[in-house]
Amino acid sequence: MPVPAKKDPASHTPVAIEEETPSIIKETWHSFKKNRLALAGAGIVSLFILLGLLAFFIAPEGINEQKNADRLLPPSSEYWLGTDDFGRDIFSRILHGARLSLTVGFFAVVGSCIAGTFLGVIAGYYGRWLDTLISRMFDILLAFPSILLAIAIVAILGPSLQNALIAIAIINVPTFGRIVRAKVLSLKEEEYIQAALSVGMKDRRILTYHILPNSLAPIIVQGTLCIATAILEAAALGFLGLGAQAPQPEWGRMLSDSRDYLQQAPWTVFFPGIAIMLTVLGFNLMGDGLRDALDPKMKE
Amino acid sequence: MSNHVLEVNDLQTCFSSKEGTIPAVNGITFHVDAGEILGIVGESGCGKSVTSLSVMGLVPSPPGNINGGEILFNGEDLTKATEKRMRKIRGNDIAMIFQEPMTSLNPVYKIGDQLMEGIRIHTKLSKKKAYLQAVDMLELVGLSRVTDLMKSYPHQLSGGMRQRVMIAMAMACDPKLLIADEPTTALDVTIQKQILNLMKNLNEKMDTAIMLITHDLGVVAEMCSRIAVMYSGKVVEEGSVQDIFRDPKHPYTKGLIDSVPDMRVKKDRLYSIPGNVPKPGAIKQGCAFAPRCGQAFSRCAKETPELLETDNGAKVRCWLHHEQ
Repeated sequence: MPVPAKKDPASHTPVAIEEETPSIIKETWHSFKKNRLALAGAGIVSLFILLGLLAFFIAPEGINEQKNADRLLPPSSEYWLGTDDFGRDIFSRILHGARLSLTVGFFAVVGSCIAGTFLGVIAGYYGRWLDTLISRMFDILLAFPSILLAIAIVAILGPSLQNALIAIAIINVPTFGRIVRAKVLSLKEEEYIQAALSVGMKDRRILTYHILPNSLAPIIVQGTLCIATAILEAAALGFLGLGAQAPQPEWGRMLSDSRDYLQQAPWTVFFPGIAIMLTVLGFNLMGDGLRDALDPKMKE
Repeated sequence: MSNHVLEVNDLQTCFSSKEGTIPAVNGITFHVDAGEILGIVGESGCGKSVTSLSVMGLVPSPPGNINGGEILFNGEDLTKATEKRMRKIRGNDIAMIFQEPMTSLNPVYKIGDQLMEGIRIHTKLSKKKAYLQAVDMLELVGLSRVTDLMKSYPHQLSGGMRQRVMIAMAMACDPKLLIADEPTTALDVTIQKQILNLMKNLNEKMDTAIMLITHDLGVVAEMCSRIAVMYSGKVVEEGSVQDIFRDPKHPYTKGLIDSVPDMRVKKDRLYSIPGNVPKPGAIKQGCAFAPRCGQAFSRCAKETPELLETDNGAKVRCWLHHEQ
């Protein structure tokens, strides 16, 4: 059917195509690595991931190895970060705790991201009563202080690390849902969506082919920032005794287990706290950097 | 006549708003013959784009709704077609190109992928064959270095190139009707000329009828065989290009043609039709153009004229010509 064309002479003007087409990932990395703070954040995060992954190999002591003679010892060459009231090595427990905290943070965010994106896309694209229903649902969830809601959910499900994960995932769904919905609403008006409709593309295909990939950037940024909050929330639930249960070396749990010894042995509380702070800071810096790198307006 | 590809009869497309239903297209009637180029001309807001969206079945609903009339495509009424049927027609039988080539392509995909996607919706071609077809189409629309182009992203192309890609995408399935909604408005004049030439070539080569929507009379004079002039959601005059440019019947058409600056006459001020386009639905009674018309008389404000055929086959909606 296509006829070999007699070319339009005017179109032979040389065309400005760059020799190598830079992919979006490459471009993002290029502007991301210029941001020193973001790099530092990414460094902290990777360090903790690495430490968590290798915890079984590099931890000098076992997770729950108790030495009665070595209780509440200050940091020393033998116990780098001191020991707690059971004579357990705090450094080893923090390493193992990294595994728990990061896993909880990651999977909680993945869960809320998938649910939030799904609901947000449906609300934004189909609109009408579906939008009203989903948006009001989000409003209701957001009306509660998030930690209170998490506590309520855990209270229903029963305290455990897994239920804390589920609770954190649930309370973060509206954050993702709203961002995705707003993005979809603006994407829906783009002409290439009209163009896709005008060549006969199905709704579902438009959603997966056009809308989702274009809303990925805000989802990634929000996801990174949300891992930080999720870790913090997991620690808070652990501290309240609703998340990880003793003797799991979850950071929040470690804080609450040792809070009676705050004056006697401040390192028992200090170092798990530092670990929480550093990871959260790392994720926040990295998320901010990603946001700038993915923002087309920030590109030169 | 049976060689009408598209026949629109008394189409009414309304939008509901807080102030009630607003008829954006208010009883429009026209037809496009096989292989011809019909120009639809009118000021902004007279319902040109809504007409084309109605034909494609893409009027956003709600608030939009087709309230009456019929759209016959090869005899099939599209207003009654199911969504599934419409999807088959879109792209395959009727294709559309849009005003803004800068935003009509998805920024996250390569040109080639988008073209192939469009092709593979309607044909069961393998990836390889779709690729070859996409390459063919890009060559057909006069682009060079096509294999490089297939791998580039939309932001690496100029506006003219993107519009060519859009045309390639629209023509990929050999549609019988191409709706071009102000395809050259966003381009500069030299590129505009190239794109129009391309469309005319494709029209002749592939025998695709084109419904060209524009507000540029120069474009119409060059491209089209027939013109329909729209005002306030209605066709006020319809006829061949020669008839309308040589002897415009409706005062609005006359005004439009007079507004085009003439190179041979030196003028300080350009002519413009007094007043503004009325809001759709604002004029309930009489001829919609009457308040701006220099030749209006008492009947114009009371009764709405019909689209009347004149002796040379042109049609006009004006009381002046009913009298004769």
